[in-house]
Amino acid sequence: MSQADLLDQAPVFQLKGSMLAITVMELAQYSIEQLDQQLAEKVAQAPNFFSNTPLILALDKLPESEEELDLAALMAVCRKHGLRTLAVRASNEAHIAAANALDLPVLPPSGARERVIDPTAGQAEKKPEKPPAPAEPEHKPTKIITSPVRGGQQVYAQGGDLIVLAAVSSGAELLADGNIHVYGPMRGRALAGVKGNLKARIFCKQLGAEMLSIAGHYKVAEDLRRDPLWGDAVHVCLSGELLNITRL
Amino acid sequence: MAKILVVTSGKGGVGKTTTSAAIGTGLALRGHKTVIVDFDVGLRNLDLIMGCERRVVYDFVNVVNGEATLTQALIKDKRLENLFVLAASQTRDKDALTVEGVEKVMKELSENFEYVVCDSPAGIEKGAHLAMYFADEAIVVTNPEVSSVRDSDRMLGLLASKSRRAEEGGDPIKEHLLLTRYNPERVTKGEMLGVDDVEEILAIRLIGVIPESQAVLKASNQGVPVILDDQSDAGQAYSDAVDRLLGKEVAHRFLDVQKKGFLQRLFGGRE
Ligand SMILES: Nc1ncnc2c1ncn2[C@@H]1O[C@H](COP(=O)(O)OP(=O)(O)OP(=O)(O)O)[C@@H](O)[C@H]1O
Ligand SMILES: [Mg+2]
Repeated sequence: MSQADLLDQAPVFQLKGSMLAITVMELAQYSIEQLDQQLAEKVAQAPNFFSNTPLILALDKLPESEEELDLAALMAVCRKHGLRTLAVRASNEAHIAAANALDLPVLPPSGARERVIDPTAGQAEKKPEKPPAPAEPEHKPTKIITSPVRGGQQVYAQGGDLIVLAAVSSGAELLADGNIHVYGPMRGRALAGVKGNLKARIFCKQLGAEMLSIAGHYKVAEDLRRDPLWGDAVHVCLSGELLNITRL
Repeated sequence: MAKILVVTSGKGGVGKTTTSAAIGTGLALRGHKTVIVDFDVGLRNLDLIMGCERRVVYDFVNVVNGEATLTQALIKDKRLENLFVLAASQTRDKDALTVEGVEKVMKELSENFEYVVCDSPAGIEKGAHLAMYFADEAIVVTNPEVSSVRDSDRMLGLLASKSRRAEEGGDPIKEHLLLTRYNPERVTKGEMLGVDDVEEILAIRLIGVIPESQAVLKASNQGVPVILDDQSDAGQAYSDAVDRLLGKEVAHRFLDVQKKGFLQRLFGGRE
């Protein structure tokens, strides 16, 4: 029996919001020969990094040029050096067409990232303005977790709030469409409002998080640690695009 | 029915095999019929530490494949009447074990022993998963350093979600924390995490603290589980841990920096 078989009773799939750290290779110039040569040098320095490493190939910083871009050849060079292209980042129409021809996903240029993460945010805000149907409001029960959430584990409260009454370890990830409450030490990642709810909030009894995010706007440990409320009981909400951390 | 104990960690080289040998031997010393099973297929370390490597004829994989019976494969300890070892294969790879195969062997062992101690391979993949899958209790071996604590934390997550008990909705695996290679001097200097730090992060019951000790290396070179060296700090610490595992309240020792004695100073007394 394989790992997969052990999970047999589970539904066949689950959609999970996630913030993956993926390497982006931003091309400053279009030269396949130079890329090949310079990648080879990099590989020699860090051979472990370049082994089937997922990659976003960013073409949006390339200077305008008449020369036609051979995307397949670029990808082949990347692949030769252990980089596997998942998608391209592009704004130029010719580049987008080249990616479409190879059936490769296209991401918008950098800086537009937040907009990608919550495509439904605007809609969610507008809906309540329509005269609501007299039906009862959709009310998903709160998900309550009473045992520790360990590194490598992920908990998602779909359509509602998440309450954790135990410790959340570093390397663990909490996701909720609504609010997140953590009453044990919070050392992992918490992403509230993952479908774009800007009103979602995070409450922690002891802030030691690796990352906090509301509707795609986030702060990482490096910023959080500098906060005077690090280690304290806090309440986190969005003010504009910024996470606002206040004492509970 | 035996109690199945898994000795696991996530991270490699933290002292799982040393611990499996010591705890298994300690249980047998206290009169419990015990078998220690080496799940580290392809490496085979346990038999060396137990000093029975020259008597291995059949191994765990042979039994799983029906090439030998358990009776043929179990190696009886020379020192203790009620202690046995089931060695891992050196020639097969880790795919030689299957859930069904392991289940069959665990079931048969359960009928004949009081304790089955499973020495897990490192990692969180198939081998480690099989070693913990049927466990009733887990000893999570951790060194006082951040990477080891993180891996133990991850392993605790798997114990809580990917074991048979978890999948069948039974009582959860009982988890024990064993801190090994503890060096109070380095903790004082801030080079290693202290007992309290590790306990706070992992939040499970501490079953023992084994000091970093020359006695461990000496014992494994001689093929004698260190718990039988009852003059040594590590041997005594393991002995306390076995008592706690069996439900006794024993105060923790070896947590503080020892003042160097005259002889130690004279001979340099490292560790
Ligand atoms: N308390 C201790 N003091 C000093 N050395 C120790 C101690 N515990 C273990 N060691 C040493 O650490 C090394 C690794 O120990 P051991 O083989 O038991 O670890 P392991 O977790 O089983 O490793 P693996 O993951 O490779 O199976 C050995 O050389 C052993 O002698
Ligand atoms: Mg080992």
